[in-house]
Amino acid sequence: MLEASRLSYTIDGRMLVDGVDVSVPSGSVSALLGPNGAGKSTLLALIAATRRPSGGTVLLDDTDLGSLPRRERARRVALVEQDSATDVELSVRQVVLLGRTPHQSMLAGDSAQDGTIADEALETVGMSSFAARRFHTLSGGERQRVQLARALTQQPSLLLLDEPTNHLDISAQLSVLALVRSLATQGVTALAALHDLTLAASYSDHVIVLQRGRVVAAGATDATLTPDLIRSVFEVDAVVLRHPESGRPVIAFG
Amino acid sequence: MRARSKGRAGTALTGALLAVLLVASVTLAVAIGPASLSATDVWGSVLHHLGFGESPLPGLLDGVVWELRLPRVLTAAGVGAGLAISGAVMQAVTRNPLADPYLLGLSSGASLGAVAVLLLGLGLVLPLAAFAGAMLALVATLGLASSLGAITPTRTVLAGLAVSALAGAATSFVIFWSAQGDAYREILGWLMGSLGGATWWSVLIVAVAIAVVGTPILVTGRVLDAFAFGDTAASALGVNVNGTRWLLLAGTAVLTGAMVSVSGSIGFVGLILPHAVRLVVGGAHRALLPLAALSGAVFLIWADTLARTVFDPREIPVGIITALIGAPVFAVLLWRRKAIA
Repeated sequence: MLEASRLSYTIDGRMLVDGVDVSVPSGSVSALLGPNGAGKSTLLALIAATRRPSGGTVLLDDTDLGSLPRRERARRVALVEQDSATDVELSVRQVVLLGRTPHQSMLAGDSAQDGTIADEALETVGMSSFAARRFHTLSGGERQRVQLARALTQQPSLLLLDEPTNHLDISAQLSVLALVRSLATQGVTALAALHDLTLAASYSDHVIVLQRGRVVAAGATDATLTPDLIRSVFEVDAVVLRHPESGRPVIAFG
Repeated sequence: MRARSKGRAGTALTGALLAVLLVASVTLAVAIGPASLSATDVWGSVLHHLGFGESPLPGLLDGVVWELRLPRVLTAAGVGAGLAISGAVMQAVTRNPLADPYLLGLSSGASLGAVAVLLLGLGLVLPLAAFAGAMLALVATLGLASSLGAITPTRTVLAGLAVSALAGAATSFVIFWSAQGDAYREILGWLMGSLGGATWWSVLIVAVAIAVVGTPILVTGRVLDAFAFGDTAASALGVNVNGTRWLLLAGTAVLTGAMVSVSGSIGFVGLILPHAVRLVVGGAHRALLPLAALSGAVFLIWADTLARTVFDPREIPVGIITALIGAPVFAVLLWRRKAIA
């Protein structure tokens, strides 16, 4: 269970995140929605503690993440950034092993156990056969799956994803989000900033909608993503339909 | 699994080959010169000085091996290794493939410190002054870069260029103002890098720097990998990004300062060799750092051997050789990167 309360972040006198409360139940997928500049990435960075909040607290399973040493925190929270670097000359397996960093002492190399965990993560994301490939030779979708495997190798209870489907073709988008869903069923709590409302509608249990650094709506995806909300936040007209088979909301614009 | 064992075996094999090559290079480089010697002569003389048996060489030649060539070749090896380690570390923590001790102003800063004390007639504190200069330049470069925002590759290079130019101008001014006669020639050779003055003292300085600073850097190589995806990613992996970066950069400043104090500023070694090794074994620093150190040692031994033999009896600064080899290699690396991108 992730509970952030009254989180704020101010830089150069600008309030990017303004007293945000976020609550994500364990083992569920929540989508963080909002137009560009709403503060989604900043909020994720505050929760991951890669940026220090100006105010507020982040509790994960009743532990204050802000008070944990950074390595301890990195064993509980993993972050997948958008558009990770592409010029990395490590092998896929070495990238995945980076996820063991918070579990290792500075002096120790990767143990056999670290190797097993990394191999399992590669298996989970379906990238085992790519283990020896150099990371920079992968396609965008493959890179993102490797980043997910790296995050899994951290063995986190909270997985934060910043636009994980950015620049991916549609099949890669679906496979990445399906993967996140299946991780959630194994008990990982996932919070993903997403642009695509329809993807968010089909893959998330809850949505948190940000506008100008504030939460304007939060709750179960079905109940929260209404035409009125979409109009007021994104300034577009939309209707919410039902998928004939899954029954999940589908958003059509215009 | 197979990929890993193959990778490790490949690394170990490359390392073993380079180690053999290093020993062979030291032997050959000592043997090569105006007075030509055989490998057996060289080892006989070295063993004699280590307390085993008689030297096969007459006193004068024995002196050439033990007092002149061996310290020079060992200094070249140590400086090459130190510069290659510094370059690899700087490229990792600034996430900048162009970073090397030269580009970030370290060498210029060290030169300024060294030239200043040389002209003041304080040759004894030269290593200290070179180190202080390197440190000052590093602080200036990174201070300037971080005053513009996050430390990004581009900012670091631009700041380094500014600091380099400033330190270079200050060095020129100091020389112009106070150097006379022979001092000019000495300083010039020194600014372009030369191992001509290497003694056992140089060997000692280089060895101590590598043992005290280089070894811990080699051992903690794994943490450098965490910088591959940038500061945020490293921080999310539990790495103390700023602390680690400054500690490692300070380490490379010490290392570079020590190297520059015995050899002047030799360019391109720290830039090119990490890239060349990365091409062969990939970017994981546990393999990259020791292999870059070994190949840097071999490279500089041969560059220096060329520097003292091609225009025999005249000797040219080794920095000219490393630049002549390094610049085209660098261009090839740039083209290759373009192909990747």
